[in-house]
Amino acid sequence: MTVAVASGKGGTGKTTVAVNLALSLEEPVELLDCDVEEPNAHLFLQPRWISTRTVSVPVPQVDERLCTACGACGSACRFHAIVSLKTQPLVFPELCHGCGACVLACPAGAIREVPREVGVVERGRRGEIRFVHGRLKVGEAMSGPLIRAVRSEAGQSPITLIDAPPGTSCPVVAAVRGSDFVLLVTEPTPFGLNDLRLAVEMVRTLGLPFGVVINRSDIGNDAVRRYCASEAVPLLIEIPEDRRVAEAYSRGQAAVTVLPQLRAVFRELYDRLLSVVCSPGQRPVPAGRS
Amino acid sequence: MRELVVISGKGGTGKTSILASFAVLAGQAVLADCDVDAADLHLVLTPTVRRREVFRSGNEAVIRPELCRGCGKCAELCRFAAVLRDFEDPRGDGSSRYRVDATACEGCGVCVRHCPHGAIEFPERVCGEWFVSGTRCGPLVHARLHPAAENSGKLVAAVRQEARRLAESEGFDRVLVDGPPGIGCPVISSVTGASAVLAVSEPTVSGEHDLSRVLELCRHFDIPAAVCVNKWDLNPQMTRRIEGKAAAGGAGVLGRIPYDRAVTAAQLEARAVVELGGPAAAAIRAVWERFKETGE
Repeated sequence: MTVAVASGKGGTGKTTVAVNLALSLEEPVELLDCDVEEPNAHLFLQPRWISTRTVSVPVPQVDERLCTACGACGSACRFHAIVSLKTQPLVFPELCHGCGACVLACPAGAIREVPREVGVVERGRRGEIRFVHGRLKVGEAMSGPLIRAVRSEAGQSPITLIDAPPGTSCPVVAAVRGSDFVLLVTEPTPFGLNDLRLAVEMVRTLGLPFGVVINRSDIGNDAVRRYCASEAVPLLIEIPEDRRVAEAYSRGQAAVTVLPQLRAVFRELYDRLLSVVCSPGQRPVPAGRS
Repeated sequence: MRELVVISGKGGTGKTSILASFAVLAGQAVLADCDVDAADLHLVLTPTVRRREVFRSGNEAVIRPELCRGCGKCAELCRFAAVLRDFEDPRGDGSSRYRVDATACEGCGVCVRHCPHGAIEFPERVCGEWFVSGTRCGPLVHARLHPAAENSGKLVAAVRQEARRLAESEGFDRVLVDGPPGIGCPVISSVTGASAVLAVSEPTVSGEHDLSRVLELCRHFDIPAAVCVNKWDLNPQMTRRIEGKAAAGGAGVLGRIPYDRAVTAAQLEARAVVELGGPAAAAIRAVWERFKETGE
């Protein structure tokens, strides 16, 4: 069972929900923080670190002795990462998507691929919770390969929780793809509603079952609730604003460690999402999976 | 012409509320919403759309079922697991054996070039649209990336380019940019070449952690950066720590904005915080007075 926690808008409480869910469930859980640009879950889970590996993408390296300057590599590359105007090619590694088009195109066999580091995957543990996150190198534009590397660590616990990056574009897709359920965390404000609509469009495009969590549910207005009702989107739980939770968060303490009675709330959330996953009407056939 | 960008690293620290207030305080400026996959500035500035452009970027592979012979070369060569095998020959005529998942396709064209049957088309990809609108604070360039789409960095570049062009052609001396969260592709595209960046933080461990990475990004690209802490009174000790670290890293510390329910109230009324008044509005005004000179 893989549950991704996502949101269009940033700062709505994705990490709070993911971490507190992990700390509240009785079953063994693994938590994968896929917000590799700004990973935060470890600040609240405080895992004991176990191992690190670097993640690389393959980029071309040209053997000048074999290169005939034919230009085939440059015309095959869609990303302008290798440029050859009938000259020895120039490589721009930071533009390279690692697709291998240049290697396949080179008639002289002059291109081989070498790894370029884009970040690290770090693994740790907190009690029964297995923890993995990615940390993108600062200045690196492409987060997709690192997110996919974090995702590939899943599968050692019956429950996998994924803390996704904010937004609705390719990094989020890389994080939530293949999940059994997506929890969309929002807040009851105009920004929250606007970004929830976009996130709902995204998960519908991916064909994934989903439900909504309204965080800080007593600020703002009623528009998010009305939207959920009119779109038949399951509203799973509302979490009211609580100064004690906000202050604990500011110090790096998970909500359930300062207010243990909240564990029941997060367990309830999990039970409700399971009931959505198990009801056939809410299970579209995933378009993106064979 | 100066281009001032507001970013945050961590999402939800108050970028858009602050930028909307800056737009009001600046009087007249060109505004650009570069948070293209979750744009919110239009909710405060209630723009009237004057021009609408389709944003095309890159290509996507599409397998023509009537030409596909099911050899599997495309699936073998694709490094993005974007080619999916359908059910084994359901109609018994060899059709539709493979298809491309558009949300996974990177647009590299490897399958297109290497399909032995020429069965894969490679149309240009429509990734979203962008708009030029009128607002009470000046022209706004904003955009909408299609859900689950790629190339957000290129759409950001298109929005910024149009905003600069407008500023030059219509005689504005400032462009104010609302940036996306994070430190990746769309953020890099929002800040490179800007006159100055304001990073909005919050006094939490995650605010601190994310600010340090976003300031490192600004140093990496050599862009003058300044910092303000929003909702600073939530944890005054953490606010001091964040300000100390930011100053030690060479960033200007421009002020503190208190927690104020007027910020949410303003959002509900589609107004900027400074149009409503209150302690947060006064603090944002003070930050603006300093930020508008940063990087000069």
